[in-house]
Amino acid sequence: MGIRVIAEKCSGCKLCVKACPFGAITVTKKLARIDIAKCNFCGACVEACKKFNAIELIYENVQTVDKSKYRGVWVFAEQKMGGISDVVFELLGKGRQLARSLAEPICAMLLGDQVASAARDLICFGADKVYLAESEQLGVFIEDTFTEVVTGLIKEHKPNIVLFGATSIGRSLAPRVASRLETGLTADCTGLEIDPATKDLLQTRPAFGGNLMATIICPNHRPQMASVRPKVFKPVQRNELRMGRIIKYDYKNHTLTQRAQLLAVVKEAAKTGGIAEAEIIVAGGFGLGDAENFKIIEKLAQAMGAAVGASRRAVDSGWVSLPNQVGQTGKTVRPKLYIACGISGAIQHLVGMQSSEIIVAINKNPQAPIFNVADYCIVGDVLEVVPALTKEIEKIRLAEQDELTVTDGELESQLVSSGVRQS
Amino acid sequence: MTKCEVVIVGAGPAGIACGYVLAEAGVDVIILERGQYPGAKNMFGGIFFADQMNKLIPEFYTEAPVERFVAKKHYALLINDSEVSLNIDSEEHKKPPYNHSYIVRRSVFDKWFAEKAKAQGATIICGTAVTDFVWRDRRIIGVTADTADDDDNVLLADVVVCAEGANSMLSEKAGLRNRLSMRARCISVKEVIELGKDVIDERFGLTAREGAAYEYFADATPGMLGDGFIYTNMETLSVGVGVVISELYGRRNPPSPNQLLDRFKNHPCIRPLVKGGKTLEYSAHMIPMDGFRNLPRFYTDGLMLVGDAAGFVNNSICHEGVNMAMASGIMAAETILANRQERRYDARALRQYEHRLKNSFVLQNMKNSRDFIDILRTHKELLNNYPHLVQDVITSYFKVSDVPKSTVKRDISRMLRSRVSVVKAARTVMALMRGGI
Amino acid sequence: MNIIVCVKQVPDILEVSVDKETNTLIREGVDSVINPFDLYAVEEGLRLKEQYGGQVYVLSMGPPQAIATLRQGLSLGAERGILLSDIGFAGADTLATSYTLAKAVKKIGHFDLVICGRQAVDGDTAHVGPSLAEKLGVPHVSCVIKIHEVTEEYMIAERITEDAKEKVKLSLPGLITVCKGINEPRFPSLKWKINAARTRVEVWSAHDIGADESKIGLKGSPTRVVKMTTPQHHRAGQMLEGPVGEQVADLVSKLRERQVL
Repeated sequence: MGIRVIAEKCSGCKLCVKACPFGAITVTKKLARIDIAKCNFCGACVEACKKFNAIELIYENVQTVDKSKYRGVWVFAEQKMGGISDVVFELLGKGRQLARSLAEPICAMLLGDQVASAARDLICFGADKVYLAESEQLGVFIEDTFTEVVTGLIKEHKPNIVLFGATSIGRSLAPRVASRLETGLTADCTGLEIDPATKDLLQTRPAFGGNLMATIICPNHRPQMASVRPKVFKPVQRNELRMGRIIKYDYKNHTLTQRAQLLAVVKEAAKTGGIAEAEIIVAGGFGLGDAENFKIIEKLAQAMGAAVGASRRAVDSGWVSLPNQVGQTGKTVRPKLYIACGISGAIQHLVGMQSSEIIVAINKNPQAPIFNVADYCIVGDVLEVVPALTKEIEKIRLAEQDELTVTDGELESQLVSSGVRQS
Repeated sequence: MTKCEVVIVGAGPAGIACGYVLAEAGVDVIILERGQYPGAKNMFGGIFFADQMNKLIPEFYTEAPVERFVAKKHYALLINDSEVSLNIDSEEHKKPPYNHSYIVRRSVFDKWFAEKAKAQGATIICGTAVTDFVWRDRRIIGVTADTADDDDNVLLADVVVCAEGANSMLSEKAGLRNRLSMRARCISVKEVIELGKDVIDERFGLTAREGAAYEYFADATPGMLGDGFIYTNMETLSVGVGVVISELYGRRNPPSPNQLLDRFKNHPCIRPLVKGGKTLEYSAHMIPMDGFRNLPRFYTDGLMLVGDAAGFVNNSICHEGVNMAMASGIMAAETILANRQERRYDARALRQYEHRLKNSFVLQNMKNSRDFIDILRTHKELLNNYPHLVQDVITSYFKVSDVPKSTVKRDISRMLRSRVSVVKAARTVMALMRGGI
Repeated sequence: MNIIVCVKQVPDILEVSVDKETNTLIREGVDSVINPFDLYAVEEGLRLKEQYGGQVYVLSMGPPQAIATLRQGLSLGAERGILLSDIGFAGADTLATSYTLAKAVKKIGHFDLVICGRQAVDGDTAHVGPSLAEKLGVPHVSCVIKIHEVTEEYMIAERITEDAKEKVKLSLPGLITVCKGINEPRFPSLKWKINAARTRVEVWSAHDIGADESKIGLKGSPTRVVKMTTPQHHRAGQMLEGPVGEQVADLVSKLRERQVL
């Protein structure tokens, strides 16, 4: 792989200089020069130079694998205590689309101790086949043993694509597996597609803190591996009628080394109003001014039965704690409704919430980038708008409850006991 | 605790020159600089008299980042809406070593100079503020940086050189000087204005690396002790005014330094030179003006002061600062080298430093212009009446009219007699000759 | 204990922005800094050294300017700084990077622990740590938030997951990646700054570490960037006008229409 400038075609127009995201090109004496140390061979300059065709990428065709031998889209079925993580259902949804355009099967691999019952779930959620490895040693996640089993499975069955959730387990396991298999891995993909021409997997992910989107391929190695953050793709619907095969994997041929050992697990106290699972998120930003003002966000969230989110600056200022942070360095969320209050919308924040179904933005600066991603925009002082909105919501809730009281006394008491209505 | 032979506080021209000479002689020397890089804190963009530099690194100008050399000097009196000026445009000054006068930007130049000292073997540590001295038996034996309570932040040395610059807290802590009085400072405000090389060359009549230094007096700072200047960098102009602080704050409604600069830039004779430019940066800083009579002590047991920290700024018309700073740095280094064999750096041994200063242009020039500011202050006519008179004389003489020149001459001499006392003028000139310029 | 800390020089990501007209990164005035997570890695290495004795080496791969990052490591208290710099390393993805780092670690020789920051803020992959452990053939623990105990044979570390903290016993030699919150990085002291200024950062080429040319840089990278685009996340936002009362009422009715209220 290399890149070269064809001197006789180059006009020194500097279009390539502008196009290069890495600042690798300079033009001296009407000739473009590419600093190979800065170049990432992304081809942006080749694209920009279509008029002159003076820059070309040189591919060395190193076909290291016979691609035709690799078939199937696989999903690593992360589970905890037999419960499959939600991200797996999201990956199965996306994986099914990919498998369909390749006309290949979609499979899951499930590792654990006595987790066979979960294998059936994976089929209901779309897997054609489930590779099941069960052992006491696989009861808890340890990198060594899981790497051993996962690479063993991959080597034996040669999948074309393997997807992992970008969870703490996935992020620790996938690179180790890719490293052992000497293949490529792309982290935190937000888009996965099959290139109709080459049948390669086009993996899109944010780069430079979300300022740019990079599309990455793994042309000469198999399997193609990618990880995806939770909540990026939509989960598939469960279908009880689906059929599939469960294939037990006889890992016993492998000697499982275990150079690490889990000693203890301290569950974090279940966080109330966790943003990852919430259907509605009310998020506050630096525009609120101080910790005291941030409380109006909590009030609105409470009125709406929503979780509280925050921008990085609000978290850094100590108004709200880290688990509430949305964005590149925080969590990716995909609620039905996201209300951004006093958040200007730095790109790092936008990448974490832009796939929410409905986005409402409240900000005093009409130029704030948050308005570019919002469905409903209110230009105004958050300190006025948010309390007014809270009052309005509370009014509606009261009205609803009154209605219920009149029509159905039983339902009313249920609502009180389930905590929907505050007594 | 870390130890070295010499620690120098401040990587400006004085500190680096000192470190350069010491490192060249094989001394284990460490320079501590507060800024993130040498010159980081420095806004200086002006004339650099470089004969000391040239002695240290012969033909330095062939490799150093100097903007231009000074090919043209222009001294002007601004009066109301006109100017009377003296142009010095000498072919001699356009040949190496260019009369040792260069226009430099210190933020770039100091970095380069520091690299030269490093190449000689000096260690330069940036981002480190020295907070105090370490004393033993009333003698300075080192310095502490940032947090004083940690042994890892103490640096011991045989001798310390303080090249801290104008606001030297350390020289006060060493008991060598009192806090500077406001009277003894000049405030200088400056803008860097981008015009591009072509425009600058055309407006100032320059080619290649020729530069111009324009100095303005009288109504550059109307009614106040001060001056204005324009220096040509390669692509930009440094435009500014300096005024003695006591002049500014002795008034009921003092103009702000910015207002002074704006007024200067809008003078009908200045505006055409700076118009259409984009202001890239604005800065203000204090220049010490202790003058010869208020100089601090230059040394004590284990410590020498060099450069601005020692008040070595010439208040005369020549604005000599950097050159003197470097000279004093070099002399401090030479003093250390002379005493190195015996490793004796007590006050008695360091007295030699003062001798060197006294025998050099540094103190002699300071002495020569010892009364410059006072004379200007007490003889306000130098900046007010006389310039106006000169202008009136010249404009009347050159006025094109049908009045015969003989009549004009008679009118002029009548005007002179009515506005100037010959005796007083002679006295002013005498005073200036004695202790001003 | 001998500790190797891997560090990376990155653009100050919070300063990076995109030129809306040309769709390219605005790099002017963007400083290069040490990857913030790596500062925790260096600090943890130094603390272990101070507690258990031994030495800390800082190791990086990058262009010659990355010497500044290693100097920063030295000024904090590391004994040795090594930069892997070679035109052949250019264009490396995480696999080629971990291969290269592994070759360098093997050249250094004996080590008890490799510490990496959890991820670099420019790439955000969190791949290199685990991948390097694999290449070195040692076990690893990711996202370590606390170290409880270290002996010659093992260490007990606490890692953080989505919903729990897990105590893991890791046999040594091994590798850990560390998270924000594991410690509070120190400021460089004068003593170590002087040491840093006077210590030469070693620069090793591909040849120096005996790297297989087909496994480094672009050649050794299975993945390839084929396109860079500016993210498009425009929605046809509807501006709600009027006084606050009207804006709010309008919003509520719109949200009810769409059945989220």
